[in-house]
Amino acid sequence: MNFDLTPDQKLLESTMASFLKKESPVSRFRALREDPVGYSKSLWKTMAELGWIGLAFPESAGGLGGSFVDVAILLEQFGAGLVPEPFVASVLAAGTAILRAGSAEQHEAYLAPLIAGDTTLALAWAERGGRYDPTWVETTATKQGDAYVLQGEKIFVQNGHAADVLVVSARTAGTPGDTDGISLFVLPRETEGLRVTPVNTMDGQKAATITLAGVVVPAASRLGPEGAAAPVLDEIMDLGAAAACAEGLGVMRASLAMTVDYLKTREQFGVKIGTFQALQHRAVDMFIRTELAKSTSILASVKVSDPDPAERRFAVSAAKVELAICGRYVTQQAIQLHGGIGITDEHDIGLYFKRMHVLNALFGDEEHHLARFGAQPAF
Amino acid sequence: MDLSFTPEQSAFRDEVRAWIREAMPPRIREKAAVDGHFEHDEIMEWHRILHGKGWVAPHWPAEWGGAKLDVTRRFILTEELELAGAPALSPFGLMMVGPLILQFGSDAQRKRFLPKILAGEEVWCQGYSEPNAGSDLASLKLSAEPDGKGNYVLNGQKTWTTYAQYADWIFVLTRTDKTAKKQSGISFFLVDMKTPGVTARPTLTIAGTPAFCDTFFENVVVPAENLVGPLHGGWTLAKALLGHERTYIAAVGLSTRTLRRVKQIAAATKERGVPLIDVPAWRARIARMEIELWALKMANYRAIASAELGHAPGPESSILKIRGSEIMQQMYELAMDVMGHDALSWHNTPGTIPEAEASVPPQFNYARAASIYGGSNEIQKNVIAKAILGLPS
Repeated sequence: MNFDLTPDQKLLESTMASFLKKESPVSRFRALREDPVGYSKSLWKTMAELGWIGLAFPESAGGLGGSFVDVAILLEQFGAGLVPEPFVASVLAAGTAILRAGSAEQHEAYLAPLIAGDTTLALAWAERGGRYDPTWVETTATKQGDAYVLQGEKIFVQNGHAADVLVVSARTAGTPGDTDGISLFVLPRETEGLRVTPVNTMDGQKAATITLAGVVVPAASRLGPEGAAAPVLDEIMDLGAAAACAEGLGVMRASLAMTVDYLKTREQFGVKIGTFQALQHRAVDMFIRTELAKSTSILASVKVSDPDPAERRFAVSAAKVELAICGRYVTQQAIQLHGGIGITDEHDIGLYFKRMHVLNALFGDEEHHLARFGAQPAF
Repeated sequence: MDLSFTPEQSAFRDEVRAWIREAMPPRIREKAAVDGHFEHDEIMEWHRILHGKGWVAPHWPAEWGGAKLDVTRRFILTEELELAGAPALSPFGLMMVGPLILQFGSDAQRKRFLPKILAGEEVWCQGYSEPNAGSDLASLKLSAEPDGKGNYVLNGQKTWTTYAQYADWIFVLTRTDKTAKKQSGISFFLVDMKTPGVTARPTLTIAGTPAFCDTFFENVVVPAENLVGPLHGGWTLAKALLGHERTYIAAVGLSTRTLRRVKQIAAATKERGVPLIDVPAWRARIARMEIELWALKMANYRAIASAELGHAPGPESSILKIRGSEIMQQMYELAMDVMGHDALSWHNTPGTIPEAEASVPPQFNYARAASIYGGSNEIQKNVIAKAILGLPS
């Protein structure tokens, strides 16, 4: 066993941390809350030039062939600095769908510009009746000659409001909940009949409702064989959940650090409030929870690339549950220990609280992953 | 990042597991299968078997009989012994006074005491707490005064001296200077339990077993050569103990074993004809507990891997005692809840409740001690608040 980062990874971590500290202070995110896109396309381009987007793709697809542990290092920094650029939506969700299911031509057409930082992507999978189950696909894709007609609605599509290209799951056979019969289609944003309605999310970021009202797409826009996309979506759910664990760890670390600083400076009853044992012990409980979430986040980061899907699910679901338990505790107590100032929009701690809540829900909440963990053969 | 054990480490795990299966005498094996309560003679029998294999004190230096096992192998050995339900050895000689004598004792003391601890020929108990010195240990009062003839005379009382009724020796913190600041007037003595004036009176614990004692000292004469470390320097020894062997304190093997028992009971217990393990709410609760155990286990693995690489203990190691005791307690609590009415049974004749459940109620009770002994969890949090978070006093 070895949990140390390699010298290269340590360098990566410090480079990312110092770049983001300078280029993406929390004040930048604050201002972007009012922006219709909600992030900076020029900073996205810079991130691509730094190789961060390529990190997640193999060299065969034009990437740098990094591991998920490398990606997790980046996402932890995103969490600590509330960086809103759509890495998870573009790279891990839609990017993985194209990488796994797409042809060499589709890689060239969609991944190359993504890795160059010229585009962002989104994966439209969630539906109103399915909660966190990606096999609950009511959206249909009906074959019509050399084309498909897509009909349905997708909700809370991360980066759906601004993506240049969307990947959409639709049913080519079977009924909602069936593993077989789900296909993926890649659609340029300007596709006729594709309606994108931006949606604000609690954390100050944005998503979209995607309505497909008889959208006609050529058969060539299908990713991979017809009806066989469920395993790809299952892997993406795990990548997204593992990403939430890494980003959430950054959120927790920042929340703990801000809270400890506050306890060291705020005075009441003529003394620093950090001298009070009740508050010290609460801060220690936050610290313990952060260390536990770190431990399971590492587990998820390593196991998410395991060739055995059962191993992958077991570890990632465990980590996502632990994230929920720990993240909720740490950010709620962070607000509590800040007192009244923690309830104001003006103070950053509330932004972390909100981001944590969103991360807990994305790619499956605590109940979803508890049930999934309990359903694995290893349980 | 590499979360796997090496093939050599896995082979060692197999070796330990196979050896335990072979070496465990039938009577101990039967009790282990149901997590029964081990009597003192059974614990010492197992001690001697482990000693025969050279595994009784793996953390001691080789020249004093240690097992020449690295950090990870020591962890694997501990984990496998816990997983097998083997009797937990008395820690007072092997884990506490032994390492202190090694670190602070004279050569004569090492030669006199260490081999007998190792062989299980002398059993030790710990004399730290007093009726008015618990978490505030430094306010202890047991007095040790020189008699002018090369001896010290001890008067006072120790409490929670676990298994003093079976002990040959006790190590005690005593007050040798009543005028100094309270931490500066403490000395560390080794006392033969057969010395006139020493009385150990067992008291029942909430588990219904006589684990604790009150130990009284009335004009107990102790030779000066039994002082370990400098006179009035005992507080250094008391604190040193807290830094020992933290990596093995989380009892993940034991809690993993209890989790297995929870699942076993939940599969055998039915509600309206359905095994509890298949009732979604129960399954989710058990899953949640298993995940919390995984988090602790991963934190423990981080601490071991870090120690193996020679790093100083990181922040993750400070949480192991707190979290290990909490998980252990919650795991027994879950077992009790799964048992339903059976959890109400208290030391009844065998067969009253299923054999797999019988040990749970007493263990559920005794597990409350885990968050108190060895520095209560509140004391641990005081330490973390200052040492790691840097909060003001």
